[in-house]
Amino acid sequence: MDMAFFLGCIAPLRYPGIESATREVLDRLGIIIHDMDGASCCPAPGVTRSFDKMTWIAMGARNIALAERQGMDILTICNGCFGSLFESAHLLAEDPKILREVNDILGGLNMTVTPHGVQVRHFAEFLARDVNDRAIQKSFKRKLDLNVAVHYGCHFLKPSKIKQLDDPERPTMVDKLVELTGAKSLEYREKQMCCGAGGGVRARHPDTALAMTKDKMDIIKEAGADCIVDVCPFCHLQYDKGQKALGKGYDIPVLHLAQLYGLAMEVDPKLLGFKAHAVPVNLEIGDKR
Amino acid sequence: MPEKTLEAYPLVTEDDIDPEFVQRVAATPGGEHILDCYACGTCSASCPVRAIDEEFNPRRIIRLALLGLKDEVLQSDFIWLCTGCYTCQERCPQDVRITELMMAFRNVAVEEGYPHPTVKAIADMIEQYGIIMEIGEFENEKREKVGLPARNVPPDINRGILKDTGLTKTLSKAKPRPSTKGEEGGEA
Repeated sequence: MDMAFFLGCIAPLRYPGIESATREVLDRLGIIIHDMDGASCCPAPGVTRSFDKMTWIAMGARNIALAERQGMDILTICNGCFGSLFESAHLLAEDPKILREVNDILGGLNMTVTPHGVQVRHFAEFLARDVNDRAIQKSFKRKLDLNVAVHYGCHFLKPSKIKQLDDPERPTMVDKLVELTGAKSLEYREKQMCCGAGGGVRARHPDTALAMTKDKMDIIKEAGADCIVDVCPFCHLQYDKGQKALGKGYDIPVLHLAQLYGLAMEVDPKLLGFKAHAVPVNLEIGDKR
Repeated sequence: MPEKTLEAYPLVTEDDIDPEFVQRVAATPGGEHILDCYACGTCSASCPVRAIDEEFNPRRIIRLALLGLKDEVLQSDFIWLCTGCYTCQERCPQDVRITELMMAFRNVAVEEGYPHPTVKAIADMIEQYGIIMEIGEFENEKREKVGLPARNVPPDINRGILKDTGLTKTLSKAKPRPSTKGEEGGEA
């Protein structure tokens, strides 16, 4: 299974451990990923879509066209990238007027995009739907004795009308993936609430974003979580740096699903990149194998 | 909550109303369903931003737009407070597609010359670096520590697109905004 690996911006440049963990995990599962030469910003939905819809779609379409050239589906590790690329691909397939306008713009770069040319996938839903549970469990070298607060984020399942991946109000997809490691995925209030970072709000109104993060952190702490597991580097950034900014001694490590799986697969800890985290990742994962 | 007096709610006169505004929004990609709103308030009840900041009230913003109060919608901060979480869009009984509508408001604000001040800074980043931040030595050192090669994004790769969609030109005509929440921009 070969896929075009779309990196985005936050993971490769702020939390490269998420990228390297993903590479290690997919390698152990026998999934081959290829780098995308010339891939740029997805573009970040909260900021770019706010400026101008056509710019947002055209930038996304350029990335999609690159994958089309490679003849592979796109694999993302970020809700923002997944949101932008999936929705752009959807619009290109559903709206001939948009397709024409976009191809006019891409023509200037000697590129073109075809409706339904490539599928856009997210690491988490790809594992949940395309990789056998037992195959995943077989790749684990140990169980993780952890209470996990799963954070789905907003652009993974929604808009549900077009994504149709799971119930956006009470999903179970990522909880199940987490529990394959032996960890327990906690129920907690406002589990589907936004972390606060999106829509450009982290950049424009950081106090508002942080106030939302604080609400989530208070609930997650109350629920007794040992760590947060996310599927989006931007939520990851918001929770990790956010805890530091809030300074209220939450001390709850933040892991991307790829890093959690890396722990279970006993990937060399150096490659999981925890040193880049603001909240130290000191986890007692037990000694069950 | 402090009691609001009548003076806090300025009178709306004919001069404040732009009867074409709602049609403008409905003609903007994402804003097509604005006229379906029947102000049930499900959006405002669901909005996590409103729980923090009552100023951000989706139902009220839509109401203002439907009434044609263009300046109030385009020149203030509230349309920029949406985190794009889609909770309202998922729950809206009329499929107004509120999140997309909020983006459409922003797009109209940008077109009219009232982008939020950070918009130009971010667009400049994208023009120059192809992505929303600079790739420096610090970033590549972090990558090296986890055994990854330096990140290479061809600079200027999206410059042409921003020019062809007219965004660069539009942003060059940005006007100063009369009201901006006094917060420093954060970093990604």
